[in-house]
Amino acid sequence: MTNALTLTDVNVTIKGSHILQGVNFEIEAGVVTGLLGRNGVGKSTTLRSIVGLVPRVGSIKLFGEEISGLRTHEVIRTGVAFVPEDREIFASLTVAENLKLAERDKNPDYDTVHQLFPELLQRKNQRAGTLSGGQQQMVAVARALLNKTKLLLVDEPTKGLAPKLVTEVAAALEIAAQATTILLVEQNLPLVKRVAKNIIVMDQGVVVHNGTPAELADAEFAKRMLGVSGGSH
Amino acid sequence: MEIFITLFITGVGLGALYFLVASGLSLIYGLMGVLNFAHGAFLTAGAYAAWYFTTEVRADGSLTSYAISLVLSGLVGAIFAVATEQLLIKHLYDRHIDQALVTVGLGLVAVSAYLGWFGSDPLIALPPTQLYDVVQIGDAFVGIDRFLYITVAGLVLLANFLMLRYTRIGLVIRAGVENRAMVTALGIDVRKAFTFVFFIGGFAAGLGGALATTYASGVGPTLGDAFLIYAFITVVIGGMGSIPGTAIAAVIVGTTQVLVNYYVQGLGDFVVVLLLAVVLLTRPQGLLGKVAH
Repeated sequence: MTNALTLTDVNVTIKGSHILQGVNFEIEAGVVTGLLGRNGVGKSTTLRSIVGLVPRVGSIKLFGEEISGLRTHEVIRTGVAFVPEDREIFASLTVAENLKLAERDKNPDYDTVHQLFPELLQRKNQRAGTLSGGQQQMVAVARALLNKTKLLLVDEPTKGLAPKLVTEVAAALEIAAQATTILLVEQNLPLVKRVAKNIIVMDQGVVVHNGTPAELADAEFAKRMLGVSGGSH
Repeated sequence: MEIFITLFITGVGLGALYFLVASGLSLIYGLMGVLNFAHGAFLTAGAYAAWYFTTEVRADGSLTSYAISLVLSGLVGAIFAVATEQLLIKHLYDRHIDQALVTVGLGLVAVSAYLGWFGSDPLIALPPTQLYDVVQIGDAFVGIDRFLYITVAGLVLLANFLMLRYTRIGLVIRAGVENRAMVTALGIDVRKAFTFVFFIGGFAAGLGGALATTYASGVGPTLGDAFLIYAFITVVIGGMGSIPGTAIAAVIVGTTQVLVNYYVQGLGDFVVVLLLAVVLLTRPQGLLGKVAH
């Protein structure tokens, strides 16, 4: 098994709050790994520390290469793509401009993007700020899929979406997973069960469990680890 | 009515000078969050460069020499601005108080340096005599130089618009004004855009300096500071990071100042500050401002 990403003793302190308190985990290459935990345990901060959006201490290796000393744009250029929580699309730019900004490869993969999200082609000249939440999420995911990536970090892509859109996002992640490794922060456990091969559970800034999505079927496990029922959520 | 027309066009011309200084300030703050109190020093550097070129290098009083001096002053302002960004600001990103202190310090040092090199008395500029001509609009007579300021500012506005709308760097700047962190999270080195914005901001300020020398009939060490105050007011009224907002605000500030100063003597500056207070209380983001991250 090849490790796509290895975090060793990663710590993050923001404005005096010690948010990540020595995070250690490895994720397998070529599969989807779910990063789970209750609200506020440091899942999003973990993703942001990987791409350098928060100051971090510790070792972060991407396919064996140390990236913890790199600045954010340098981390991304090593082959990492990041879909942040709350989309963070550029509201004043058009859909086409949002995608253009994300282009890094010489031949960005618009075919896949338009195949997955044909609506974006129809709305290419519309300002992204006027899109619905679901459409904005499509833009955020599409930005990450335009370029060839070694690792895709996705933070709560289904947050606030209608069930139909959740299905579309899940389909997009499944297609993306055929070509890259994905670390997925998600509260929607059925989605995690559907797309993830492995799970990592965090609590209070550290990793407390490594396992498989099958364990989420155990209601007692789900409640103890995540504070939710293991069924549908 | 003829007086009103003359004053109004003079006010728009003054607003054009404010715009040249304020456009750079606005983009620099909008993209980087840097309140650049040294921006007036860029203007003064451009003004001295224009004065030196038209009085010492090519003192023939021709329009060609004047045009060259405008470009030269813009380049001097741009080089000064890029040097400031590379040597000082670059090391202080996200340390906003330190940035403000450093730029205030640089502004003071620059004034002292100008004072030492050029003396405290204003140096008289020798623009082409054609700029002293007037044109008749109805019964009003308006100095041609006013139209020059408006034309140059209009060209800078157009160049800014084209750059922001149709170039990759413009796209990065527009996105960066909205959410700088997310731009870097797309693999873009936003610091290159920072340097570029300092370059174009410094160029516009230097160009404004050359024109301000014509407007004020000379240049002194504090010429830039006098314009910087109103440029800041313009930026706040227009909205940080918005070039169209800055252009509209510049016209409002310039015309208000000139008209009120004429009709209610001495109250022009007070009314501009009052206008600023009203905007801050009723629309804190400015006329066309956006919330920047």
